[in-house]
Amino acid sequence: MTVTVSAYLDHNAGSPARPEVVAVVADILREAGNPSSVHAAGRAARARLEAARTSVAGLVGAPAGGIIFTSGGTEANALALKGCERPRMVASAVEHPSVLAYATDIVPVDQDGIVDLAALERLLAESDQSAIVSVMLANNETGVIQPVAEVARLAHRLGALVHCDAAQGPGRLVVSMSDLDVDFLTLSAHKMGGLPGCGALALKNPDFPMAPFLLGGGQERRRRSGSENLPGIVGFGVAADDILRKDTILEMSDLRDHLESQALARVPAARVVAQAALRLCNTTCLALPGVAAQLQVAAMDLAGLMVSAGSACSSGKVGESHVLKAMGLAPEWAGSAIRVSLGPDTTKNEIELFLNAWTDLAGRKGLDVKQAAQAA
Amino acid sequence: MAYSEKVVDHYEHPRNVGSMDKDSGDVGTGLVGAPACGDVMKLQIKVSPEGIIEDAKFKTFGCGSAIASSSLVTEWVKGKTLDEAAAIKNTDIAHELALPPVKIHCSVLAEDAIKAAIADYRKKSGQGEDEAEQAAG
Amino acid sequence: MTNITLARAPGQPIYLDYQATTPCDPRVVEKMIPYFFEKFGNPHSRNHRYGWEAEEAVEIGREQVADIIGADAKEIIFTSGATESNNLAIKGVAHFYKDKKDHIVTVVTEHKCVLDTCRHLEQEGFRVTYLPVQTNGLIDLAELEAVVTDKTAIVSVMAVNNEIGVIQPLAEIGAICRKKGAFFHTDCAQAVGKIPLDVNAMNIDLMSISGHKLYGPKGIGALYVRRRPRVRLVPMINGGGQERGMRSGTLATPLCVGLGEACRLAKAEMGAEGERLHMLRDRLLNGLKARLPEIYVNGDLEQRIPGNINISFAFVEGEGLMMGVKDLAVSSGSACTSASLEPSYVLRALGLDAEMAHTSLRFGLGRFTTEADIDYAIGHVAEAVEHLRAMSPLWDMHLEGVDIKSIQWAEH
Repeated sequence: MTVTVSAYLDHNAGSPARPEVVAVVADILREAGNPSSVHAAGRAARARLEAARTSVAGLVGAPAGGIIFTSGGTEANALALKGCERPRMVASAVEHPSVLAYATDIVPVDQDGIVDLAALERLLAESDQSAIVSVMLANNETGVIQPVAEVARLAHRLGALVHCDAAQGPGRLVVSMSDLDVDFLTLSAHKMGGLPGCGALALKNPDFPMAPFLLGGGQERRRRSGSENLPGIVGFGVAADDILRKDTILEMSDLRDHLESQALARVPAARVVAQAALRLCNTTCLALPGVAAQLQVAAMDLAGLMVSAGSACSSGKVGESHVLKAMGLAPEWAGSAIRVSLGPDTTKNEIELFLNAWTDLAGRKGLDVKQAAQAA
Repeated sequence: MAYSEKVVDHYEHPRNVGSMDKDSGDVGTGLVGAPACGDVMKLQIKVSPEGIIEDAKFKTFGCGSAIASSSLVTEWVKGKTLDEAAAIKNTDIAHELALPPVKIHCSVLAEDAIKAAIADYRKKSGQGEDEAEQAAG
Repeated sequence: MTNITLARAPGQPIYLDYQATTPCDPRVVEKMIPYFFEKFGNPHSRNHRYGWEAEEAVEIGREQVADIIGADAKEIIFTSGATESNNLAIKGVAHFYKDKKDHIVTVVTEHKCVLDTCRHLEQEGFRVTYLPVQTNGLIDLAELEAVVTDKTAIVSVMAVNNEIGVIQPLAEIGAICRKKGAFFHTDCAQAVGKIPLDVNAMNIDLMSISGHKLYGPKGIGALYVRRRPRVRLVPMINGGGQERGMRSGTLATPLCVGLGEACRLAKAEMGAEGERLHMLRDRLLNGLKARLPEIYVNGDLEQRIPGNINISFAFVEGEGLMMGVKDLAVSSGSACTSASLEPSYVLRALGLDAEMAHTSLRFGLGRFTTEADIDYAIGHVAEAVEHLRAMSPLWDMHLEGVDIKSIQWAEH
C-alpha cells in the first residue's frame, strides 16, 4: 500500500493563504474598482483599502495613517532605507539581503546570532553623519529574536532612526510597534497567511517626510505611487484580523519544542542552532553533522516533507548561509543545517513524519540513532 | 467623494431653475464664476417695491455642489429683504449642504452670486449708486 | 469572442471605466486560485517540489507575457505594476548611462508616473524634453527626430493614452530611436492586448506592462528589457537578486500566473474582441450624436483603441455630469488625478480650452460591455446632459448666439 503523505514545513519561506483570505480575495479579484476613481465602484474599493489599512495597523499597533502598502517586504525595506535619506545605514550582519543591500556599516552578532549592542554603540558614536539602524525582529533562518527595543533605545539616544524588518513576526510573536519603539517596521503578507505580492511599511510618525522612489499617481499619500493591489491588501487585512483572533503561538511553540527534543534525543550528534536563544515559536535550525544540508532537504523532499536549507530568496543560489557564518558556526555545522518552520495548522503527525524520515536518514548516514522516545 | 444627501436632493430636484427678464427694473442678475474654472452661476432675484425678494431663479454650470449651492440660495433668499439676503454667508451654505473642503469654493461662489444680484438690482433702481461711484472713484 | 459575462447586481452601475482598471477575467482568477492555497510555494525555493512547481508556473507566465509582445521570456522582468515598470525603465536607464548621456525625451500627455519620474530626474541634473502633441493627441515625428541627439539616453513615449485612447506611431518612433542610438521605452499599460505589439518590428527596447489593465490581477506588471542590443539599468529594489538582478523581491506566483493567463487570453481574442468593441463604440458615439448637439470627440478617432471614447459635452461641467450618470461608472479625466479640480492636462495638451476640458467624460469599453449596456448608456447620458443643459447659463448663451469667449469672466 502506498500512502502519499506530505507535510509543508517551510513556512518561513511563505505560508499558504488562510482560507478566510482566499474566500474574500476570490470575490474581490473579479471586481473592477480603482480606489482612485470617484464613481461608486471606486469608492467601494477605497473603503475596502482603508479598512484593510486599519486592520494591518491594528495588528502591530501602528497609526493607520502610518501604513504604506507595498508589493512586499523587499520593497518595504527599500522604501524605508532609501526613503529616510540618511547617509549612513547600519545593519546587523544577519539581516535579509534586501536590507544588507543598502548597508554602509555592519554590526556583528554573537554566537547565538544576537546583535552586538556595544559594537552598535561604537559604530554610531564614531561618526557625526545621521544614520538609520536596521535590525530584524527575528531571523528567517534561525528564528532568533533580536533585542529590538534595546537597539531602538540605544540608536535613538545617539540620534539615529530605527528600522525593523518584522516580516517573520506576525502570527509567531506579538509585534507591537510602540513596545519596540522603532520608526519603521516592515511587514510581508505572505509570511502571515496573506497573499504574495503584498507588504507594508509601518511608520511610527505618519507624517515622516519619506522620499518615495515609485513616483506617479500619488497613491498612499504620495509615498508609494501605483494603482493599489486591492485583493492583496484586503487579504492582508483579513490575515491580520485572523491572527489577532486565533492565537496559535503556544501550540506552535509546543510542537517545535517537541520536534527539537525528539530530534536531539534520537540523534545525539545533532544540534539545534542557537537553541538557548530567544527564538520564534515556529522555527528550528537543525544541524546533522556530516550530512550536507542539500542532501537532507532532498531526502526529506522524497519523503514528502518540505523543509529548506538557507533562505529561499537568493534566486536559486545554493551557497553558505551568511547568517550562520556571521554567528561563527564552523563550516561543517553550517553546511549541515536545515530549517524546519511550522505554520499555524501544522500537526503533531506531520512533526512525527519529519522526525521519522530525518532519523532514518541519520541512521543511513552512519550516525548513532536512538529509539524513538515514547514521549507524549 | 460621496455627496451629502442634501446635495444629491438639490442636484436631482433643483429648486427654482430658470431665468427672468434681466432688463426688467425689478430683477437683479448676478453672473459669477468662469467656464475655464468649471463653475458659472447665474442668480436672479425679483424684488418687490417694499424691498422684499419675491422670487429667485438660477442657472448653474458646475459640479453637483455648485448646483446645490445655487439651488439652496434661491430658496433662502425668497422672502428676505435685500440686507437680510446680503447677510447670507458661504459658511452657512457649506454647513447646510455638508460640503467637503474641496467644495467650499462652490458656497463662496453662491454667496458672490447673491451679492452680485443685489448689487445689480440696486444699481438699476438707483439705490447704492453713490456707493458704486465711490467705489469707482 | 468571449462568452464570459460578469454578473452585475441590480442597481450596480454599468462599468464603463476600463482604462482605470479592468475586472480580473474569471478564467484568470480560476488559474490563480490554486496558487494561493494548494500550490503556494515560494518560486525561489529550490529545496522542494512546492518551490519547483511555483517556479515552473512563474516561467510559463513569463513566456505568455513575452509571447504577446514578440519578446523572449528572458527579457521579461516581473514588477508590481506599470508604475514601477515606468519608474524602473526611465530612472534605471538614465542612472546607468548617466556618465555618457544626460538627456531624456518624453511627451506632455504621458501618464503621471512617467512625467513625475522625468521631473525627478531633472532635479538630479538630467535634461528632459517634453514633446507637445498635435490637436489629435499624436506626436509630430519630425519634432521627435529633431530633438533626439547622441546625448539622449532614453525616449519614453506611451503606446496608448489612458484618457483619449490615441495610439502613437510606435514603429516610426522606434526607427528614429534606433537610428539615433537612443533607447526607446514605451508605456504599454493601455496597449497590451488591445493592439498588436512586436518589440522587434517596432524597435522597442523597454516596455511597461500592467496586469490590471488587461483583465489580469492588480499588484503585478512587467518590464520588457531588451537583451540584444543589451539594455542595462540600475535597479530600484535591491536584495535577493531576483529578476536578473534588476528587481529583487519574492515573486508572487499567483500574480505571475494571472498576468500570463491574461496575456494568453488577450492575444487569442484580440482580433474578434477589437471588432466587437469598435462596433460598440461606434454605436455609443452615433447614439449620443443623434440625441445631443454640440458634442465633440477628443483625440484622433482613427488612431485609437476601439475601447475608448472621450467626449466633451459642451456647456455641461464634467463632474456635475458624472453625478448625473450615476448608473454608469465612467470617469472625467484620469482616475489618478480626478481628486483634483484641475482640468485634465492631457486634454489641455490637445489645445482644448479649459472650459471644454471641464466638460469631458471618458467612456472605457471592455470585455464585459454589452450592446444593452451601450444602449442604456446612450439614453442615460443624453438625459443627464439635457437636464444639465436646461440648468446651464452657458447653454442659454449659446442658444442666444452669445459667444462665451467674448465675455469678460472673472477668473477665480
